[in-house]
Amino acid sequence: MLFTIFLSSGLFLGWSLGANDAANIFGTAVGSKMIRFGRAALIASIFVIIGAVFQGRGTSETLSSLSAVDALGGAFTVSLCSAITVYGMTRNGLPVSTTQAIVGAIVGWSLFTGNKTDGAVLTKIIGSWITSPLLGMFFAALLFIVLRQLLRRIKLHVIKLDSYIRVGLVIAGAMGAYSLGANNIANVMGVFIPSAPDIMLDFGIFILDGVQILFLLGGVAIAVGIFTYSHRVMNTVGNGILSLTPEAAIVIVLAQAIVLFLFSSTSFGNLLVSIGLPPLPLVPVSSTQVVIGSILGIGIVKGARELNFKMLGGVAMGWILTPLISGLITYFALFFVQNVFRIQVSEYAADLQKQPGIAEASAEIRNFDLIEPAIIAFFGFLMLLFIITAFKQRKLRRVAEDSLASMQEEVYNFRKALNELEISTVQRENELLNTKLEVKRQEFIGMAHNIARQKEFLENLSSKIEKISESDCSSGEMKKNLGELGASIRQKMSYTGELTRFYGQVEHIHKDFRQKLESKYPGITPQEQKLIMLLRLNFSTKEIASLMNISPKSVEISRYRLRKKLGLRHGENLINLITNL
Amino acid sequence: MVPFKRANQSIELLDGFMNTIDQGMVIFNEGIKNYLFGKRENFLDNLRTLSNLETEADITKRKIEQLLYTQSLMPQLRGDILRLLEDLDNIIDLAKTNLFQFDVEVPFIPAELNQDLIKLAELSCNAVESVIPASRAYFRDPESVKEKIHRVYLYEKEADKLADAIKRKVFQEMPDLKLSEKFHLRYFTLHIEILSDAAERAADLLAIMAIKRTV
Repeated sequence: MLFTIFLSSGLFLGWSLGANDAANIFGTAVGSKMIRFGRAALIASIFVIIGAVFQGRGTSETLSSLSAVDALGGAFTVSLCSAITVYGMTRNGLPVSTTQAIVGAIVGWSLFTGNKTDGAVLTKIIGSWITSPLLGMFFAALLFIVLRQLLRRIKLHVIKLDSYIRVGLVIAGAMGAYSLGANNIANVMGVFIPSAPDIMLDFGIFILDGVQILFLLGGVAIAVGIFTYSHRVMNTVGNGILSLTPEAAIVIVLAQAIVLFLFSSTSFGNLLVSIGLPPLPLVPVSSTQVVIGSILGIGIVKGARELNFKMLGGVAMGWILTPLISGLITYFALFFVQNVFRIQVSEYAADLQKQPGIAEASAEIRNFDLIEPAIIAFFGFLMLLFIITAFKQRKLRRVAEDSLASMQEEVYNFRKALNELEISTVQRENELLNTKLEVKRQEFIGMAHNIARQKEFLENLSSKIEKISESDCSSGEMKKNLGELGASIRQKMSYTGELTRFYGQVEHIHKDFRQKLESKYPGITPQEQKLIMLLRLNFSTKEIASLMNISPKSVEISRYRLRKKLGLRHGENLINLITNL
Repeated sequence: MVPFKRANQSIELLDGFMNTIDQGMVIFNEGIKNYLFGKRENFLDNLRTLSNLETEADITKRKIEQLLYTQSLMPQLRGDILRLLEDLDNIIDLAKTNLFQFDVEVPFIPAELNQDLIKLAELSCNAVESVIPASRAYFRDPESVKEKIHRVYLYEKEADKLADAIKRKVFQEMPDLKLSEKFHLRYFTLHIEILSDAAERAADLLAIMAIKRTV
């Protein structure tokens, strides 16, 4: 039971590894929609577990030789602090190396407990942090050049090439996942190897010992991390540093698989020895660093025009900070675990603190009282904190989404209202233009009719005058004829028809004004309305008198009466009131 | 394997589409000649054939679109490819519409313009026919697209020059023609010339697409 609880930190680290590193294998393929996430996660999970179980031993031994974390409590703390470091940096979107985190934590444990850190192994591991991305760069550049030449020569149809690349991405992804499991399981379960259960599981075709069972559990934890959290990281990796084509993605995954395989394969090491070359150290290397090196390699082949150097700088800072932060957190955590919870973090430290006789007995009694409840309480507290944080994050995200949605709706409504306003403005303008056009048309028609009528009248007049002058009638008859002529001329001078048409036009043009006038002053007579229209059109008193067939004096009196009717006081201007109506 | 079967299907459809456009240009050219020489039956036959080809091109284009989207093929290049298909489909649409205008409006074309218009039709069709191999090359060998599309630009320029010359001839050297007839001829010259402009647009798009693939 206790072992299971301690193992949980390793499983958490495995989950973090899966969440962060699976994106290196299938990130571009999923991000560019070549492969669905579910399929990618399944393939990655299967091959990670296979790689971890059947080839994880080599790198685990190297990590153990760095500094053997010889107490379960210490192993738990080291693993937990690495996991917290990886999780924290993953949450902030930084690609982080699990290897660096675990190495930093182990060094922190060594410093706290006074255990010796094997300098040679540490140098090998730190050396691999430099050589692995360089190897990644080299292999990626080489593979990219080869692939490019191959594609140029064979002139494959782009659709067929797409199909081949999809298949290639799946195969390369499987290889990458296998290498990841083989190389990085040491980070997850390496510290627990000294405490591995002494059991064997016989599956018929193969047998798993205690260490392999640990690796299996670690592999399953990685698989859970892949399924539950890696989708988010997959959507951001790759395109952040260099925009990747599917061909580049396949090269990167292959390069990563090759480098990780080289650093985990005992048989390859033996092959190098057999041909007289020094073997590569079997150390866990960061798949993230290898991928970044590979991306750089491709970028250099392409001409380094599109590299996002700012992001590269951020990643490099992460590499320096990760082991430091992990080491510091581990150091302080070990202090708490040992002194507050009274859990043994190291056999060596325990030996140093051992006192004979009574102290030993009393320590034994205290441990029996405090260990389990303290661990359960601590673990429970962590879980609670995690759940509360997750809920809070979800709530905040929902609130942000809601506010964004409401802002978008507001913007949409504003735009809609603006569009409607524009439409109505344009419609009104059109109406106005149509009205003006109609008015002009009527004007011209009116003018034409006027001219025709005038011409007709004058022709009639002229023919009548001619008749009178040519006839031999008596003076009485002549007087009568002249009188008739005079009457018809006087009738014409009244301009009744023209005035009617004129008023009709004015009313049509100023329809809105007339409606407002009627609604505000319902008692206004039609004659007064005519007067108001003529005043609005800035006609003088004399012109108004002529148009209304009244005398100028009558116009003045009408104006006076109008002022009283409209309720104007002394000093207030009638024209201003009419204009501002 | 299923992905290769779908890839082969898509390739066949694309090749079929290009062939349809190519055939359409041949029919358009023949149609113009038959109209100018008064071969009514042949002209009507050309109209029917071109209409069928245009419909076939539309159907094929839709099938390709559906396949690309439902099977998520070439997610990075899909947008460009569909735009190219749209531009090429637009060419055959224009050819059909413009040839039908001859039937609808029955323009009077003086005999002395026949050779010029035939030449203009040939230049326009050559421009389109030069786009087709460039489009095919994009899918297999994008680096050779550039050397194939320069002919499109050449034919387009020649088509523009000839169209201009025809219009000048109509307006300045044919006083016997009515103004309405001159306008009519001007528009029909445009109907023929516009195909080379559409081919030039497709060529411009191809040039950018090829650069994107080679980067």
